[in-house]
Amino acid sequence: MGEAAHRYDETLPLEYRTQESRLNILGFWIFLGAEVALFATLFATYLVLFQRTGSGPTAGELFEVQDVLIETLLLLTSSFTCGLAIFEMRRGRISGLIAWLLVTLLLGAGFITFEIREFIHYVHEGATMQTSAFLSSFFVLVGTHGAHVSVGIGWMILIIIQLLQRGFTPKTARKVFIVSLYWHFLDVVWIFIFTLVYLLGMVI
Amino acid sequence: MKWSEFFVTGEPLIYAADVAIVLTMVGIVFVLTYFKKWKWLWNEWLTTVDHKKIGVMYIICAVLMLFRGGVDALLMRAQLTAPNMKFLDAQHYNEIFTTHGTIMILFMAMPFIIGLMNIVVPLQIGARDVAFPYLNALSFWLFFFGALLFNISFVIGGSPDAGWTAYFPLAGNEFSHGVGNNYYAVALQISGIGTLMTGINFLVTILKMRAPGMTLMRMPMFTWTILITCVLIIFAFPVLTVALALMTFDRVFGTQFFTMANGGMSMLWANLFWIWGHPEVYIVILPSFGIFSEVVSTFAQKRLFGYKAMVGSIVGIAFLSFIVWVHHFFTMGAGPAVNSAFSITTMAIAIPTGVKIFNWLFTIRKGKIRFTTAMLWSLAFIPNFVIGGVTGVMLAMAAADYQYHNSYFLIAHFHYVLIAGTVFACFAGLHYWYPKMFGHILNERLGKWTFWLFMIGFNVCFFPMYFLGLMGMTRRMYTYSAGLGWTPLNVVATVGAVLMGIGFIVLCYNIYYSARYGERDMTGDPWNGRTLEWATASPPVHYNFPVTPVVEDVDAYWVMKKKYGGFHVKEEDLKPIHMPSNSGRPFWMSVAFFVAGFGLVFKWFALAIVGALFIVLGLILRSFEDDDGYHIPVDEIKRMERAARKGA
Repeated sequence: MGEAAHRYDETLPLEYRTQESRLNILGFWIFLGAEVALFATLFATYLVLFQRTGSGPTAGELFEVQDVLIETLLLLTSSFTCGLAIFEMRRGRISGLIAWLLVTLLLGAGFITFEIREFIHYVHEGATMQTSAFLSSFFVLVGTHGAHVSVGIGWMILIIIQLLQRGFTPKTARKVFIVSLYWHFLDVVWIFIFTLVYLLGMVI
Repeated sequence: MKWSEFFVTGEPLIYAADVAIVLTMVGIVFVLTYFKKWKWLWNEWLTTVDHKKIGVMYIICAVLMLFRGGVDALLMRAQLTAPNMKFLDAQHYNEIFTTHGTIMILFMAMPFIIGLMNIVVPLQIGARDVAFPYLNALSFWLFFFGALLFNISFVIGGSPDAGWTAYFPLAGNEFSHGVGNNYYAVALQISGIGTLMTGINFLVTILKMRAPGMTLMRMPMFTWTILITCVLIIFAFPVLTVALALMTFDRVFGTQFFTMANGGMSMLWANLFWIWGHPEVYIVILPSFGIFSEVVSTFAQKRLFGYKAMVGSIVGIAFLSFIVWVHHFFTMGAGPAVNSAFSITTMAIAIPTGVKIFNWLFTIRKGKIRFTTAMLWSLAFIPNFVIGGVTGVMLAMAAADYQYHNSYFLIAHFHYVLIAGTVFACFAGLHYWYPKMFGHILNERLGKWTFWLFMIGFNVCFFPMYFLGLMGMTRRMYTYSAGLGWTPLNVVATVGAVLMGIGFIVLCYNIYYSARYGERDMTGDPWNGRTLEWATASPPVHYNFPVTPVVEDVDAYWVMKKKYGGFHVKEEDLKPIHMPSNSGRPFWMSVAFFVAGFGLVFKWFALAIVGALFIVLGLILRSFEDDDGYHIPVDEIKRMERAARKGA
């Protein structure tokens, strides 16, 4: 802390101007590093277990292409709109920022709705997380991602409220920036889930 | 679950523990009320975000856990002293070796190291606090309530009994019916989250908050080891998080990750556990190397030999620590090719470690050595740790490991590295930095008594175990028959354990004695130190440095003393200092974690959800908080500086 905490640099984007913000953003990048390790472990678990289906269905028998494609389109689009939100923030337009954040979280909510629908569908077919090691690892990997997206939606709502209350400050700008990092990260994880879980499952 | 199963019953030892717990709690409440200290406790400690106070609380917990784990150890030694003893039954013995291992690694070694790094690292790099003080308080309280949850298992519900490695299928529902292993999964999860946040916090602190002039290659060696340890924490602990979560799912929600039917794979647990577990032992040993480096350099009164080689070897060890995990289960079905590869990587760790050993020896060479207690621990570390290391290389040879695996040879090996490495380092660091924490020196005479009792006791206890292992005694056996010929060495080992226990008691007495009669440290620099923590008062004022020091070389404070006669602060240079505000939220949020965890352990999901809702509430309140801390005005700084330095 000390003077360093109040070193204010006008030449940087708003979210980087205070020392505190710079520390928070670096800390969040490192947290995302830990998240990479976490998801890597879940992917490893899934890849070890996904052919160990016991008496339950295999991946090829279970997965529904249509729902997964809709989920993928929704989430990838939401990452794009999240990028547009940051673009509006850099241009200093708070209404544009809030509008794109709202679009982003609605797309995220759509993603979650379809994912829950997909899960309910599987459960109705008798494929629960207790059925086999494959399904345990599938539900925990995809469910952990879904839980992250849900947390992201709640978090974004809190930040939108703060933007409405306080407007642009170095602090709110930093919060928007960090939640956008989180959101893009979840998008990247989904690309791996789509490839390694769904595509691989339907091929093998 | 019936109420009669809720409390553990049927053992005189447990009833005695129940009584002791109730009496202790009543005693604490009485003392706090009688001396009107509740408000002090809340304002000064429970809500603090000061890294030094958080460090002190970590160390207090670590010493308490050393006592708990030590009692477990003594109970085990009592049971094994003679053949066919009836002191503990098999189930009770299983529980005790499980809690001994888990507590000593996760709730003793980790918090001791994290406590020392909390106190020392910001001071060594010339910072006023860590990067995220609020998060630091949350880390501590998560650790605290995780440890509490783990410890109550022995009177409520029953302790885990599948070993600290909790291998499946033994730790699964098929073979462990009670709640014991639920406690293991949930309590370690809660404190593990705290540790992960500590790793992130200190990595950012060290990367971003060093004093001007302190380049990476001018950092004190302890700070270097913490930097690398943080990287290990950040990449290893998420694996534990996942492993424990999967264990919780298996045990509480009936999934099939590690089960024996429906495709589950118990070896997956062993792999995940050790992918975290092996870096974990380096998480506790690398900071220990850092402590020894500081102590050896200070008391040999020489600059550390081979600074760059030290840094390189820390990085090398950290890298290798991620690619050796299979050596923990050479005998569990991996083929010769896999075993050979992991055998080679494991033996390779001896190279950077050897480099470090020689660097310490060359630092001592031609030094003007002062044999303080801290230095004695460091000097004893070298030969004892080498014994542990060499036997480790023996174990690393996969073919030979089929003889040593899970025998007392292994027990002796890892106690030689963990006690002679980590515990000796904790004691060295405690004696070395004690004046910085409390403003007085630990009595040297009593300190040396502790050292000799503990160090000799340690060798008497564990050296015979190498031979017991070669004679065929396997770990985790709760009794043995007389004809095996193991009795004499077991008696010797128990004598050693008792000596270590006496050494610990002398240490506790020393803490009390020194608080009352110990020599006060008025200078802030009792050991003629070399790094920046000695430029502050003892104990430091809560903002640490009135002005930010400027670093010109390795051993920054040594250079200041030689060039300028010390660290001088001109009153006209003072500026208002910005400090973070205290907060009670980390405390009550961690209570919510405890409640949620307790609910999960007993599958009382309503309680778990209530706890979880309070956690979410805490996060929301934090998000809306608009508290930017406060500024200490210059006059206030002047007053505090004069008060802190009145003896100097």
